[in-house]
Amino acid sequence: MTTLILADHDGDILSPTTARLVAALSPFGPVDILVLAENPEPIARAASTLAGVATVFTSRGEMLSESAVALLETLAVHYPILAMCASSAGKDIVPRLAARLDIMPVTDVVAILGPDRFVRPIYAGNALQTLTDSQPRHLLTLRASAFPPAATGNAAPIQPIEDAGQSVARLIATHRTPGDRPDLATARIVVAGGVAVGSAEGFQLIEMLGRKLGAAIGATRAAVDAGYAPNDWQVGQTGKVIAPDLYIAIGISGALQHLAGIQGAKRIAAINTDPEAPLVKLADVALIGDLFEIVPQLIAELEKLGVGS
Amino acid sequence: MKILVAIKRVVDHNVRIRVRPDGSGVETAGVRMSMNPFCKHAVEAAIQLAEAGKADEIVAVSIGPKAATDVILTALAMGAQRGILLETDIEPETLAVARLLAAIVAEEKPDLVLLGKQAVDDDSNHVGQMLAGLLDWPQATFASAIAVTGAGLEVTREVDSGTQTLALPLPAIVTADLRLNIPRNAALPMVMKARSKPLAVRPAAELGVDLSPRLRIENISPPPERVAGRTLASVAELGAFIAGELAAGEGRS
Ligand SMILES: Cc1cc2nc3c(=O)[nH]c(=O)nc-3n(C[C@H](O)[C@H](O)[C@H](O)COP(=O)(O)OP(=O)(O)OC[C@H]3O[C@@H](n4cnc5c(N)ncnc54)[C@H](O)[C@@H]3O)c2cc1C
Ligand SMILES: Nc1ncnc2c1ncn2[C@@H]1O[C@H](COP(=O)(O)O)[C@@H](O)[C@H]1O
Repeated sequence: MTTLILADHDGDILSPTTARLVAALSPFGPVDILVLAENPEPIARAASTLAGVATVFTSRGEMLSESAVALLETLAVHYPILAMCASSAGKDIVPRLAARLDIMPVTDVVAILGPDRFVRPIYAGNALQTLTDSQPRHLLTLRASAFPPAATGNAAPIQPIEDAGQSVARLIATHRTPGDRPDLATARIVVAGGVAVGSAEGFQLIEMLGRKLGAAIGATRAAVDAGYAPNDWQVGQTGKVIAPDLYIAIGISGALQHLAGIQGAKRIAAINTDPEAPLVKLADVALIGDLFEIVPQLIAELEKLGVGS
Repeated sequence: MKILVAIKRVVDHNVRIRVRPDGSGVETAGVRMSMNPFCKHAVEAAIQLAEAGKADEIVAVSIGPKAATDVILTALAMGAQRGILLETDIEPETLAVARLLAAIVAEEKPDLVLLGKQAVDDDSNHVGQMLAGLLDWPQATFASAIAVTGAGLEVTREVDSGTQTLALPLPAIVTADLRLNIPRNAALPMVMKARSKPLAVRPAAELGVDLSPRLRIENISPPPERVAGRTLASVAELGAFIAGELAAGEGRS
């Protein structure tokens, strides 16, 4: 086997990013997937349908860095490529594993030029680094949004392996942001609000537009810092990096740390009172005006056009 | 508790960087440099633990050129007691940085190492996790809150689905996210005082760590430019644009 991917999941559901990693790495050979979860079987069943997957391994345990790394350290000898999504889990796990294996990892990969040549952004995406990795083993994290998803229809075998060990750091609380919105990292449409949205109630307006369009919701750091939006909505250099077909930025100035998160967006529409805002300049289309007037009108307009629900 | 804080000198986060036309890298000559923002949050966290009576010594360490003395002085002015510069004119890869820090940990024996979650130049987000792996210590990355308990620490982390809280015994590694705290600006008397605090400068090569790179950087290029857009005149135009994009997306999938 060539590649082992440790799959991201939320405890119940396989992350849609996994299909993109499989597609990105299958050109180099068969891909195995490892699912580490308290109840890995349903997640593994979803992974087994992805085209290009040879075997799905399941291990019972918590998806924490120490337990994941201990498990992967023993499996690593069989695989020239070990990869995860550049998610919070991937960022937590892969560098620790790399140090244990004495390998320099290549992370946040946005393009694969060959089995040992990769492109990764630096300086908040204001520069791209092309590099050759000739180490005996490649440890990668990939930005899923930069790659198309694999097809389904496969039925790869599922094989349980040993339970993961206990981690010294213990998980004592989890707070999951409620809601059934599309996954921000892979969404085709994202509606995002900045600090100008003014309050958590204001964000309900952003969400209303989002629901109409079947969109995921994003926010700026300033909006999250102010408590208007949860931290996992943050888009940018230190938040999520997204590449939707359409990004609608509402009351967002376009600081370079925010732009770092949306460089892959195919189309950008901006709503802002300031015609000089960097995001207005960058956008494919911009409407200058007050978001509190424009967004309700836009929702009505889309209704008139018969868009969405 | 003794705390080691790792800080990096980087191109200031407000500078719009320029890629050298020959693809050899990012222009740093004559560019404003400062402490990596995430490292500032790490230093602030250490000082707040000291102010709360939970920590009694804070040592700030940086790996970089002589000029990185600047960021150590900033940390000393903020409230760290002692500084260490591991001087090198090459920029070591993150794995080498982690190995150098592991060597300093062996000497200094801190109970807690605080780092930034990522350096805003290479955007790696590696070193804390690597150091934890090398030392076989527990780690809590992307921290937005740190509480000291009888048994160690409780750290709240920002993750993709929300937040999670870990309980970990010491010694441990924690990497700071931006919402951990608001870093202070050192008052002038503290800046003056910083100059009289101990600051050891040692050649990084002295620590017996292999600093040669594992990866070969072929080139650095600017990102593709976006084509200029247009300003719309009405909500109706925006509605039509969005409807058009949705229809096009449907066609693609
Ligand atoms: C190390 C570091 C990392 C960072 N990482 C991130 C990151 O990951 N993501 C991120 O987003 N930021 C990040 N930031 C913060 C970033 O620099 C900006 O501060 C932030 O993006 C600004 O958010 P904003 O656009 O909501 O606010 P502002 O910059 O204040 O912009 C508000 C905008 O709203 C417009 N406006 C005001 N009123 C209205 C109205 N009624 N209708 C319409 N428009 C209106 C204004 O014209 C303005 O353009 C980071 C900063 C640092 C230092
Ligand atoms: N040269 C360095 N000197 C001291 N600390 C560093 C250095 N490079 C990285 N670090 C630490 O590791 C963190 C993460 O950096 P990185 O893994 O490079 O993104 C930084 O915020 C620092 O705390």
